[in-house]
Amino acid sequence: MKNISFLQIQSKSPLTNMYMGSTLLSIAIFDVFVSSFFSINITSFLPQNISTFLPLIIGFIGLGIFRMEYTGIHLLDKVNKNINTNNFNAFLTLLIIFVVIKATPPALSWMILDANISGDTKEACTGTGACWTYIKVWFRRFMYGMYPNELHWRINSAFILVIALGFVGYFFKENLKKYLALYYVVIYPIIAFLIIYYLISGGSFGLVWVETGAWGGLSLTFIVSFFCLIFCFPLGMVLALGRRSNLPAVRYISVGYIEFWRGVPLITVLFMSSVMFPMFLPEDFFMDKLVRVIIAITLFEAAYCAEVIRGGLQALPRGQYDAAKSLGMGYWKMHIFVILPQALKLVIPGIANTFLALVKDTPLIFVVGLAEIAGMLALAKTNPKWLGFAMEGYIFAAIIFWIICYAMSKYSYNLENKYKTER
Amino acid sequence: MSDPIIKIENMNKWFGDFQVLKNIDLSVEKNKKIVVCGPSGSGKSTLIRCINRLEEHQEGTIIVDGTELSENTKNIEAIRAEVGMVFQQFNLFPHLSILDNCTLAPIWVKKMPKAKAEELALEHLERVQISDQAQKFPGQLSGGQQQRCAIARALCMEPKIMLFDEPTSALDPEMIKEVLDAMVNLAKAGMTMIVVTHEMGFAKEVADEVIFMDEGMIVERAETKTFFANPKSDRTKLFLSQIL
Repeated sequence: MKNISFLQIQSKSPLTNMYMGSTLLSIAIFDVFVSSFFSINITSFLPQNISTFLPLIIGFIGLGIFRMEYTGIHLLDKVNKNINTNNFNAFLTLLIIFVVIKATPPALSWMILDANISGDTKEACTGTGACWTYIKVWFRRFMYGMYPNELHWRINSAFILVIALGFVGYFFKENLKKYLALYYVVIYPIIAFLIIYYLISGGSFGLVWVETGAWGGLSLTFIVSFFCLIFCFPLGMVLALGRRSNLPAVRYISVGYIEFWRGVPLITVLFMSSVMFPMFLPEDFFMDKLVRVIIAITLFEAAYCAEVIRGGLQALPRGQYDAAKSLGMGYWKMHIFVILPQALKLVIPGIANTFLALVKDTPLIFVVGLAEIAGMLALAKTNPKWLGFAMEGYIFAAIIFWIICYAMSKYSYNLENKYKTER
Repeated sequence: MSDPIIKIENMNKWFGDFQVLKNIDLSVEKNKKIVVCGPSGSGKSTLIRCINRLEEHQEGTIIVDGTELSENTKNIEAIRAEVGMVFQQFNLFPHLSILDNCTLAPIWVKKMPKAKAEELALEHLERVQISDQAQKFPGQLSGGQQQRCAIARALCMEPKIMLFDEPTSALDPEMIKEVLDAMVNLAKAGMTMIVVTHEMGFAKEVADEVIFMDEGMIVERAETKTFFANPKSDRTKLFLSQIL
């Protein structure tokens, strides 16, 4: 590294430099560590300003000393190459290490050491840390909303059934493989809807009717996300094809649709669906609020999906269309077997993006009175018996959303790798 | 003389204001091998792309195997199924294996049973000598192998006519021969072929007739021997002197 630094100490032996540098660095880290974990300031004999910045300075000099060109010592070279390439990077490295060390003890004590989880009331929370009792007591509400406690098995079993049916596709025999798309696009959503309708809603087969207003919590997040995801994708696909169609009517309708839905905020769409829409319906026609909300989000997100998919369609070379046409394939065969498989593969990252945004948009349904997990939090934190625990609730929700979204994003990476056939 | 399998009369085509093809009259009999040559931009690719209507012509008539090319989509698809085409850039489907590339159209367009389609595909892959690559993906093959696969893919539709659009122009010099060999074999088997190419060696070896195009017009059409030995037009002479 041709780094001319005034801190660079020239030495014949790289080992000497390494030992000197790492000693200084260790002293710096040790200083920060004891001061943040045990509140002992080992440099208290110095004036306060200097004492605060001393570890940064020492560490900086340390990193400066062992920043050398190739030494042959594997670990040292790796450190130099990755986090210590120049003065600025060395400074950033130190800053990050120190901030992490400084932030750990308070976070740790708040979340675990001083936190409470026992008991069933607010009074059980005596420590200065988080009150996980709150989450524990409200856990069922956060998961199932206002759904009656003794009926929760219905939600659980419905989900297990729906998930199990989702895996059925893996076990399709070779001769049934061509119906796979049909199964996932048409049959599966219908079956899932029926399961959720009869099992969670009830009202027949001797099951008690539970109105959708009582649904809520994480299970509602799943229901809304699930239906929106599986419906918005095919709709988006059709719109993307429509926008590239040669037929002017189809093209203008698609463009109009996409531009309309992309131009309005989701929150107004939700208001419209719940407040305005019923007014346009005939007197005796009733559509459940949850269904209206799901339709609204689906229509909204389909416009975004369509544009992502159109990006993929445009990325394909014209030769692919030519080749498919020259083999005698018509519009639909060409798109189903040649164009869409390639285009969709290209847009997996973009689709994953849209889907993640969709899942994180579901809390907005709170504005029309449906309380999924974030909505339940908002209700719970205003409960007079449990005031003052918003922080715990939001951290809990953040963790749950993060897990869902991270799982989805991991899955999309897997899909990308699975369908990678080039090179 | 038998009835022509391709009959083009008075065909004109424009790209916007620019006329790419002017008054094309061309008829091709069954089992003939025609080589089309000419400088770039002379409209030779456009001409053969018009034959299976990858490009639309604006004036005149094109009749392929007794069917006139018109707006009628059914006719067009039927003609395309009978006319195989090989492209400069191979245009294999990268998401499908070599075998699936070959069986896709027979299964879905000709409604052939899968087993039979695979048998047929392997037969044609064997013919172009890449049956050992059947399970690989196009991205794993060399350019020459890809182009031979593209030929096999077109043959799997059992076409009556094969169109070649500069099939060797995107290949390394070493790979040109293997593709030309496959085409020579095909020609010897009696296929009707229209080949746009700059490979004059190939033209001399297999072509019955050579067409020379310039600026959207057919300048000269002659038997292969006459064409090379005794070209009539000055433009052809100039072209031949530069290319040979």
